[in-house]
Amino acid sequence: MKITPNIVAEHGLTNEEYQLVLEIMGREPSMTELGIFSVMWSEHCSYKSSRVHLKKLPTKAPWVICGPGENAGVIDIGDGQAAIFKMESHNHPSFIEPYQGAATGVGGIMRDVFTMGARPIANVNALRFGEPNDPKTRHLIAGVVAGIGGYGNCMGVPTVAGEVNFHASYNGNILVNAMTVGLAPADKIFYSAAAGVGNPVIYVGAKTGRDGIHGATMASAEFNEDSEEKRPTVQVGDPFTEKLLLEACLELMATDAIVAIQDMGAAGLTSSSVEMSSKGGLGIELDLDKVPVRETGMTAYEIMLSESQERMLMILKPQAMDKARAIFEKWELDFAEIGRLTDTGHLVLKKNGRVEADMPVAPLVEKSPVYERPWVPTKPQAELAANSVPAPKDLLAALKQLVGSPDLSSRRWVWEQYDHLVMGHTAQRPGGDAAVVRLPDMNGKALAITSDCTPRYCYADPKRGGAQAVAETWRNLTAVGAKPLAITDNMNFGNPQRPEIMGQFVGCIEGMAEACKALDYPVISGNVSLYNETNGKGILPTPVIGGVGVLADAAKSVPVAFRQAGEVILLVGETKGHLGQSIYVRELHGKEEGAPPPVDLSAEKRNGDFVRAQIGAGMVTACHDCADGGLLVAVAEMAMAGNLGASLSNPGNSIPAHAFWFGEDQARYVLALPAGNADKVLSAAKSAGVPALKLGETGGAGLSVAGAGTISVADLKSAHEAFFPNLMKAG
Amino acid sequence: MKAAIVVFPGSNRERDAEAALTQVMGKKPIMVWHRDTELPDVDLVLVPGGFSYGDYLRCGAIAAHSPILREVKARSEKGMAVIGICNGFQIITEAGLLPGVLLRNASLKFVCRNVGLKVETSQSLFTSRYEQGQVLSIPVAHHDGNYFADERTLDELEANGQVAFRYCGPNGEMGNGANPNGSARNIAGIFNRTKNVLGMMPHPENAIETLQGSTDGKALFQSMVEALS
Repeated sequence: MKITPNIVAEHGLTNEEYQLVLEIMGREPSMTELGIFSVMWSEHCSYKSSRVHLKKLPTKAPWVICGPGENAGVIDIGDGQAAIFKMESHNHPSFIEPYQGAATGVGGIMRDVFTMGARPIANVNALRFGEPNDPKTRHLIAGVVAGIGGYGNCMGVPTVAGEVNFHASYNGNILVNAMTVGLAPADKIFYSAAAGVGNPVIYVGAKTGRDGIHGATMASAEFNEDSEEKRPTVQVGDPFTEKLLLEACLELMATDAIVAIQDMGAAGLTSSSVEMSSKGGLGIELDLDKVPVRETGMTAYEIMLSESQERMLMILKPQAMDKARAIFEKWELDFAEIGRLTDTGHLVLKKNGRVEADMPVAPLVEKSPVYERPWVPTKPQAELAANSVPAPKDLLAALKQLVGSPDLSSRRWVWEQYDHLVMGHTAQRPGGDAAVVRLPDMNGKALAITSDCTPRYCYADPKRGGAQAVAETWRNLTAVGAKPLAITDNMNFGNPQRPEIMGQFVGCIEGMAEACKALDYPVISGNVSLYNETNGKGILPTPVIGGVGVLADAAKSVPVAFRQAGEVILLVGETKGHLGQSIYVRELHGKEEGAPPPVDLSAEKRNGDFVRAQIGAGMVTACHDCADGGLLVAVAEMAMAGNLGASLSNPGNSIPAHAFWFGEDQARYVLALPAGNADKVLSAAKSAGVPALKLGETGGAGLSVAGAGTISVADLKSAHEAFFPNLMKAG
Repeated sequence: MKAAIVVFPGSNRERDAEAALTQVMGKKPIMVWHRDTELPDVDLVLVPGGFSYGDYLRCGAIAAHSPILREVKARSEKGMAVIGICNGFQIITEAGLLPGVLLRNASLKFVCRNVGLKVETSQSLFTSRYEQGQVLSIPVAHHDGNYFADERTLDELEANGQVAFRYCGPNGEMGNGANPNGSARNIAGIFNRTKNVLGMMPHPENAIETLQGSTDGKALFQSMVEALS
């Protein structure tokens, strides 16, 4: 078939990129070869717009075993164990087909983690939807939540944490970011670099069908009115097969049969075979007639570009073939030897005795285009003075409105659809600052896991927003008592060919890098999702951060819930009353304005280290960081979680009351502790140079604020719990 | 007591059940693979939660026809104790060890949360360590836990004392959203006629330690150990 400019354009390649293809090939490529270039050089697989900037992120620390570039990142958590984790987006498919899009997103990220030898122990998801009253929103929420639950629940991996935000900018481009955390012996991590000329290439798992062809290319383009026509590019998930694949792989990994292993995710057999051979510096020859297929008559092009789920590619030691085959037969999965490693450095594909592709692997990977796209810095917003924002008539009525608002209301409706208890190790459940999951047979040692991003901050000031997203995960891990270790990032942005979008990307990376360095908190894996635009309108810049920390003893973690009446409530961290980009200004005054709160990273570190030490010393019974909605929302959440009221005194400073209570200053925590511990903690704070003040005490059925009256906790709770069920049952 | 856990492809709470049994028995139960045709010599068989064979047909329907389930059924008819939890309840009900059927939740959604559970009788090998009327807090995690049977069967279950647990509020009340799935008469667990078989949707194996938020499930395992040792 003659390759016309039209065919090139349909494959998402520019003319310059195609010229590079011709140069590498030294001839016109076959259709199969063109398809392979197309997916390998798609934004999704090649990171061509983002790569130069991602390099600015710190990725190293003594505890990092494997940073970005593998299926997932790996950190040492002590006692011979490693935590393996990554977050990945499935935004485009989830908008087109929410159930399957979200389900296969969860399936894909779990595969990335167990490919490396880890048993997944926790799932997390970060979701962004359009306005609640947008006609598509309810349908999308229902499908996405059911899809995440459908896959994770069946796999028997608890879904323990996550976030949901609403904003008009996501009306045409929702975000579905899924993260998996797994656990493996630190000395038994599996990598993808092929080795050993002549070693067999083994295909295992589900059969290959025509689903998902060109999914990676779709994920690398903007949406328009015709996006619904892209439904056939969405894959269909089968969590049962994945569960079998998980058990079979872990069983095989307990032997020494595997040389290298890679899951077939985006760009399926193409990216797995190319990445494995390129990392190993070898060639690979595949006989496509041996690939297990679901339907007859599939072409080489279709087999190579299919994104059918629940498949893996492995290089095995030849002598281990029989043992490996027996394990996959036990689990009733396909096991097919489809090729061999060669010393040619070429990817050679044969079908029906014909050579369908013969292309050099190294240039396909190394010469993939890299763009330093033009960018313009985001114009800074003016600081919003607290006294220019009107005070509410009734502070507590404003509080009730806030805790019942779309972004601050309870997410119970969502997480009750996720099995968050399977495996029996969930020590802090969804709804708190971070989930805590105990590790089996490790004397109570546990991981804390969270995901965070405040996109409106990133839009107003990408650098502050990027730093804030990293700092907030660090704070959330700290608030349960964990020591934060590392992050994964999921960079969701608009069209990188627009300089203002690239400017957002560059700004966010800069802020993230600063925060990671200051907090000793490297990036070990990640994913970039660009072109989140419909008809030329981009989403808010959304660099979602997934953070993981470690606790020596899960039993020492603290919840957000007030537990005991008569305890002292302390505020740690400095309050200036920063109302710019606050939820208060948005919900009560309908405006998204001002600069977001500044992020003082040394204050973050000082305050967080102090809080963690107090929790570790057993001084604290409940802790919550101050984030969206500010201080009073944080206290209200602690009261609602514990069904226990509190009375708060007047701070006695010059900050307007509404700015004090609803300002979103960073680096702050609310602590509850037995009265006898209060003086000790306050004096420890003083000597550590950490601002801390006594805010009030727990007790009663109401939340009282000096000078503003009392509101019953039950009343707050009914507003807090009402939003989601009402939205989802609305006609 | 010697115990075995039957593992199907797609089972996913077999390790949770193993941990609970190990903690209470002081030794590990035997894990039996679905293709095995014979059961080891045990006093109790536990059929765990999960999605056996993917549950793409009616939940538990395929597992109910597996060779190992035929063996479980035959042994239960001779008096061996069997407990089916969640998917295990669906499987043993599909296999005819218990009457009725588990339908899709009335909400049509998966539900995972702690529920109140009222102990209907302490007169069984599974519940002897509880008080009749005691209210427990135990988690549920299922999509198809809506127990249904015709009125006559339900009346018979009640008359024979075969209702083991009912969903309830924190003070034992039956209304006001206490029923998480629409089960007939709030039924959460039932015995067979001879009370050597128990099926229940909630997960006592996830309520063993303080860290899990409730230890109310432990007495169920202790009751079995006491009765079968």
